[in-house]
Formats: sequence, C-alpha cells, structure tokens
Amino acid sequence: MSLAAAPLVRDWLGVEGDRAVIRTGKVDFGQRITTALLRIACEELTLPPDRIRVAPVRTGAAPDEGITSGSNSVEQSGHALRCATATAREAAAALAAQELGLDPARLTLADGVFAAPGGANRIDLLPLIARLNPALAVNASAPASPRRAHDAPLAPRGLRAMVEGRYAFLQDLDMPGMWHARVVRPPHALARLKSLDPEAVTAVEETGQRVIRDGSFLAVAGPAEWPVLRASLRLARGCDWDLGEGLPEGSPFDRLDTDPAISLPVAPGGKPEKGSLPPPLDSFTHRLRVERPNTLHGSLGPSAALTVWEEDVLRITTHSQGIYPLRDSIADSLGLDPDTVEITHHPAAGCYGHNGADDAAFEAALVARALPGTPILLKWAREDEHAWEPAAPAMAIDLAARVKGGQITGWSGEARGDTHRGRPRPGPDRAGPQRLLANRFRIDPMAPYSGQPNMNRHGGLHRNLDPIYDFASRRLVKHLVPDGPIRSSALRCLGAVANVWAIESLVDQIAGETLQDPIAFRLAHLDDPRAITVLEGLRDSLGPAPEGRGIAYAQYKNAQTRCAIAVDLTVTDHAELRLDRIAIVADAGRIVDEDGLRAQLEGGALQGASWALYEEVRWDRDGMLTRDWDSYPVIRFDNIPEIAITLIDRPEDPSVGAGEASPPPTVAAIANAVHAATGLRLTRMPFTPDALQKAALEA
Amino acid sequence: MGAGPALVSLTLNINGTDRVVDSDPDTPLIFVLRDELGLKGAKLGCGLEQCGCCAVLADGEVALSCATPAAVFEGKEIVTIEGIGARAMGAAVQDAFVAASAAQCGYCTAGLVVAVTGLLETNPAPTRDETAEALTPHLCRCGSHPRVFRAVEIAAAATDR
Ligand code: FES
Ligand code: FES
Repeated sequence: MSLAAAPLVRDWLGVEGDRAVIRTGKVDFGQRITTALLRIACEELTLPPDRIRVAPVRTGAAPDEGITSGSNSVEQSGHALRCATATAREAAAALAAQELGLDPARLTLADGVFAAPGGANRIDLLPLIARLNPALAVNASAPASPRRAHDAPLAPRGLRAMVEGRYAFLQDLDMPGMWHARVVRPPHALARLKSLDPEAVTAVEETGQRVIRDGSFLAVAGPAEWPVLRASLRLARGCDWDLGEGLPEGSPFDRLDTDPAISLPVAPGGKPEKGSLPPPLDSFTHRLRVERPNTLHGSLGPSAALTVWEEDVLRITTHSQGIYPLRDSIADSLGLDPDTVEITHHPAAGCYGHNGADDAAFEAALVARALPGTPILLKWAREDEHAWEPAAPAMAIDLAARVKGGQITGWSGEARGDTHRGRPRPGPDRAGPQRLLANRFRIDPMAPYSGQPNMNRHGGLHRNLDPIYDFASRRLVKHLVPDGPIRSSALRCLGAVANVWAIESLVDQIAGETLQDPIAFRLAHLDDPRAITVLEGLRDSLGPAPEGRGIAYAQYKNAQTRCAIAVDLTVTDHAELRLDRIAIVADAGRIVDEDGLRAQLEGGALQGASWALYEEVRWDRDGMLTRDWDSYPVIRFDNIPEIAITLIDRPEDPSVGAGEASPPPTVAAIANAVHAATGLRLTRMPFTPDALQKAALEA
Repeated sequence: MGAGPALVSLTLNINGTDRVVDSDPDTPLIFVLRDELGLKGAKLGCGLEQCGCCAVLADGEVALSCATPAAVFEGKEIVTIEGIGARAMGAAVQDAFVAASAAQCGYCTAGLVVAVTGLLETNPAPTRDETAEALTPHLCRCGSHPRVFRAVEIAAAATDR
C-alpha cells in the first residue's frame, strides 16, 4: 500500500552531503517507529545512525501513507523503506562495479563504502545513490541485507533530551509573535450557544486578547498562556447555552441491543460480507456475554496545534496520526485548495489512536483564520481532553459454543458497538469535515458522522472476532450500532480488546469445566506451529501457579504478533486487584528493534491492565462525568506488576507490528486470573472492587 | 492594554539564580517558568495536581507547579528539570533513565526524573514499595513504569557509597 502511493526510490531516500535522508509518512508518538526505520536504513546502507536523518513528516514532501495505526507501520513503511534502500544499494553497486570494471558480485559494502577484493579500490555509497536515475522504481523484492550480528541497540529518539527537559513537544513550541489560544466548550455536545454576554467579551478584549466566535464555536487568543486561560473562564461565565434535551442517558450496552444496527456476516478469516446472517448456532452448550465500556486515550499531554494563516498558505503543525487525510478534511471544511494547506507532524504525548489532535488542529486553524499572520498555539485543557476526545466505543460481545468430548466443535461470535472510524478523512457526504469536532458548532453546523461499517479484514468491531483456534464450525456477525450517545473512534486495538477478552474467557471457562489445563486445552485447538511454540514457551517459563493465575493467547488480527500472557494477581480484603506478575511470550517475526519491541509489549500490557481495572467513561444528561484523572482513574505506580518478557526471534520471517499485540490478551488473562482467584466470571469492565462485590452477591 | 489584574514583582530562586518577574499573583508557578522564563522542561499535563508532569523541587521536596501560585514559592530554592543535572543525584538519575530506556513518548519523563531525584536524595535505597508510593502521584500513560523502577535501582546503585 505504501509503495503504491510512493513507488520511486527517491520518495523514500535522498542524499544530503554525507548523510542519507529517509522519508516516511508514518509518525512517531513514542512507539519508536522512527527508531525502527532508522535501524532498517542502517542495516541496508551499512551506515551508522548519525549518518542518516529522518525527514520531518510533512504534506507535499512525505510519502502519503494514510494513517499511522493498526500496528502497520513496520509492515508498510518499514517494508517500503527496506525495499527502497535495498534497491538503491543494488543500483549503486552496479554503478560502482562499472567504474571499477568489476563484477558487482565481487564488491563488498561496509560502513557505506564499496570495496573491491583486496580493498585497494574503494567507492563511497552515498555519492553513487545521489547519481541514481530519479525515476528508479523501488523493487519490492529487493533482497534484504543480511543483518549484522553486533548491532548495538539504538537509543529511542530524543531520550537524552527528554531526561534533561530539553525535548520540545508540540506544546513547547514557540515562534516570534506567537499567541496562545483556548476553546470555551459547551456543557455537552448537543448544547448550542444562545448568547454571549457582551460585557464578558469587552472585559477580555480590553486586556488585549481576542475573542473568536463562529456560531457556537468560541475561543480566545492572546499573547500569554495564563491570561488566555483565565479569559476562557471569564468568557465561559458569559455564555448562555441552550441545553436541548441533554445527552441520552441509560446504559450504553442496552442500546446496543435495541437501537437500529447494520448487521453483517463475517466470514471465517475475518472479512465482513454483504448478505444474510448465518442461522444461529444450534445445540450450543455454553454462552457468554461481555461488555466493555467507552474508554479514553487519555494522552498525558492535552492536545495542541500550532497554526499560522499566511497570505496564501495555512500552515499547521499537529500531532495527528494522518497528515494527508487531515489536510484534505480541513481544506474541505474551509473551502480551500488542499495544496494551500501544509501540515507538518510534530511529536506530542503518546496518543494510542485518534485523540484530540485532529480537532485541535482544525480549531487552531479557525482561530488563525481570524488572526492572519499571527502564529497560534492552541492547547486543550485536561478537561477538554477527557470530555471531548473521541472515545473507544462501548462494545458487547455475545458468544456461544458447542462442546463435545472435551473439544469445542461449534462457535458463534457476535460483536456489537458504535464505529471506530471517527478519524477525519475524506469520504461521501463530506465525511472528512463531519468528523472534525468544531464543524458541529460552527454557524452552519454539520451533523456528526454516522458510522459506516468497516469492511476490511479484521477491521473495527470484528477485529479478532474470529477465534484463532481451529473450531470445526464458526458463525460470526458484526452489528454496527451507529449514532451512539458519545462520539467514538479508533483506540489502540479497536475491537480486539473486547473480542479477545470474550473468546479467552469462554475458552477458559470451558477448559475449567472439562477439567483441562488451560494451556493444554488451547494447544489442543491450535495447529499453527508458531502459536504452539509461543504457548509452550509460556508454559515452560512459569513457576508454580499461585491461586490467581490467568492465561490468554491471541494473535493480533490473526495475522500479526502472536502473544501468550499469564497474569498472577491477588484479591485484597477490599476486593481490589493487586497485579503481582505478568509473563509475556511473543513472536513478532524478524525483530527490528528489540528494546522497542519489549517496550511496546510491556507498555501495552500495562495499558490493557489499566482498561481492565480502572477505566470507564461516564456521563449524564448534563454532560460528561469523567473530566479528569480523579473521575477517570488509570493505572498508577502503586499497582505495577513485575513483567517478564520472552521474545521469539524469527530472522527468516517478515517483521510484523507489535504495538497492539499485548493489551487484548492482558485484559483476558486478568479476567481469567480473577476467576481463578475467586470463582467469579466478570463480564463487564472495569473490574473494580464494586464490580467484584456485585458479582459476588449475584453468584 | 487595558484592565488586566495588577502585577506584582516576585523574586524566585530558580536553579541557583534569583529571577525577578512581574506576575499576576495568582499565576501558577509553571506558567512563570514556561512562559516568562522560557523553562519549558516542566510539562502541563492537567493543571489539577493529578498527574505529576509539572514536578519541581522546592527546598529539596517534590512539589507540583501547575496549581500553586508562584508567589508561594518565594524564598524557596526551586530546582527544575533544567537544573536537576547540576545535582549529583539528578545527573545520576538522568543517566539511569537513559540506561533503562525509561521513556516512550517522554511526556511524563521530566516530572519523573525530578521526583526520583527528590526520592533518592532523601532515601538513597528505597524499597520497591517506597518507590511506588513516592511515584504514585505521577502518571505514565505509555506504560514505562517497569523501566522507571529499573532506573531507580540503577541510580541508587550508582550513587551508593
Ligand atoms: S500538570 Fe501538575 S500535576 Fe498534572
Ligand atoms: S512515556 Fe508517555 S506518558 Fe510516560
């Protein structure tokens, strides 16, 4: 996909003096894709990292790789870059051989220098690459360089600067004459600004700040951040909002069964189809329903954007994960030619999916339009991020299984939920602008985007709905229930969290009831040798089982990293879950950046644990109730388990994404550990003390 | 400029130097650091004293700078992440964070380096539980916690005399 949009070597690789410049359309938000790409280029070009520069990710210059998501970056950008650099190396070798009058096969390449046998004749690689035909196309089967054995690990980009406080996040940028901006938010998404007290506006503007209003979109800008923040509070007191009927109340799960849904069969293999639904599973012996509430990305740094409206170009610096789709959506919203909107990515706090970044970029553009020539750094407040970022949709999974002779012989899985596709990107009915928050409030408000089913293999709700096990028959259905009470979009792992949790809970339950060891039971339903190695590796790495041990296995999208997890936990007298230990065994194919891979698996497991134990978005008719870290708690240092990771390197197999591999099986293993410790099968996240006590009373 | 709040003159001792700023007396310290003094190492994560991104040392104690007015810090010795490396312990903690790769996105990192320095200066060999307790005011959303625990061990070992 990446190569189709950017087929030439020079789309990916250039030369600048004695350094190579590599280009990517994927952005780094702490998952270390830049480090992985750098490592690939180092391997292919035999250059040290300080002789390779990663170009800024900017529209017009970077290859258009859509959105950085789905753990696809190593497979897409990494693959494209590996092929591009390998193509360049081979073509440069041919040039070098020509100059030396030798057969290219006799040249060796080390430290960026070709050498003839004996080492007498030497030619630098980079000047040769600079001379390559600009029309040279990437050879998608160019041979990867044999890797070098003693590569020192690459430090993550910017680590030294981070520990010294010198690393500039987007929120830290500054420009001459720059102003700060904040948005004044309505009480909830259905409220409209009836009137704004002119005295409030005067009070703010008298201090040299500016009030920007477009319908119910209200913002304030000024030269310094704290006064702007205070002005936003002053303005908020001057707003009279029409609250309408308020937000729809009631259980977010009940509506998934009763509201109109788009229901589609999903073929084994994970691809939705148009057509009639398969008949229900007959004579099932087990069933289970699990419910996952809306959860937040909860980036530690609230979203921000730096924008300047220059005479003929709107320049936006953003931490969005999709600079091209965002550019097109903003251009469409403002009636601009996309070529006059230039978007550059700059790192901010880790984002884990579609958070407030895109919305902040558009809001900054609205403010900048009112103040042409003045750079605007617009920041969301903590409350904005919690209450207004697009959340992961609430989901309900209904499973049924038929067990015969201790084996699962029939399976039914149905996933329900709202859309994961809230990212602004062009589509029918101006779907790009529809998915930018501020467009709901401007003078000609747009209706919010109504989700359309994702038809991709393992796309959204149905990601990992198809069990990885070889159950003889399986029927799978997805029910997209659009137009939910709160805006939803993509959050790390999409539907895989709820689906894997559900599958691994029911598998665990059946293993228990048929008195089979949970690992042996899973092994009996797997024929993929790599899956078997991973699970056997987990079994062999574990010490004697404590009371609360849970096991889970999943392969992300049934195609990427294979990941087996054991969680050991204790239930306190106050029904709190104490995480003692998490063991992870993973196979991500050929390992590119080992430390980065470990960090992703470890960080993913902790984020999964946080969802499982603590996280739930709540609201009532007056607005969101979860507006900060007290009302929406997440995991903290007081409940961090010991984590042991075993990696299985497969140098001959392609590298696959790993950033989303560990959270789903971690959630499932925690649920199974709770069952092992208490006999309670929790079917609604989060697993709070209240939830445990309630389950105990109902048991 | 019209009727903004009256400014007062404050003297703040930051990283060993007295700095005089004119500030609205309600301004939380972090805005003085970031916007008036250009010290952007402390991050604004919540402004509610819930996440630890904005931590500094005040007279050697870990303090959150996002909600308490700068005026309250007058007369105290403030050390920010920019000055922490000038302390032996701070430099050791920074090295340990690098050795342990104890950051993903890094947004929490500056606050954590300050907090770990404050911890080890008062308790040079903390138990894991003591470290956990000291760092519980700090959030990391990327899950770098295990590496932060390792960094604390590395720094404690390196400064153990
Ligand atoms: S920014 Fe100060 S604690 Fe969050
Ligand atoms: S490393 Fe991202 S919040 Fe800690």
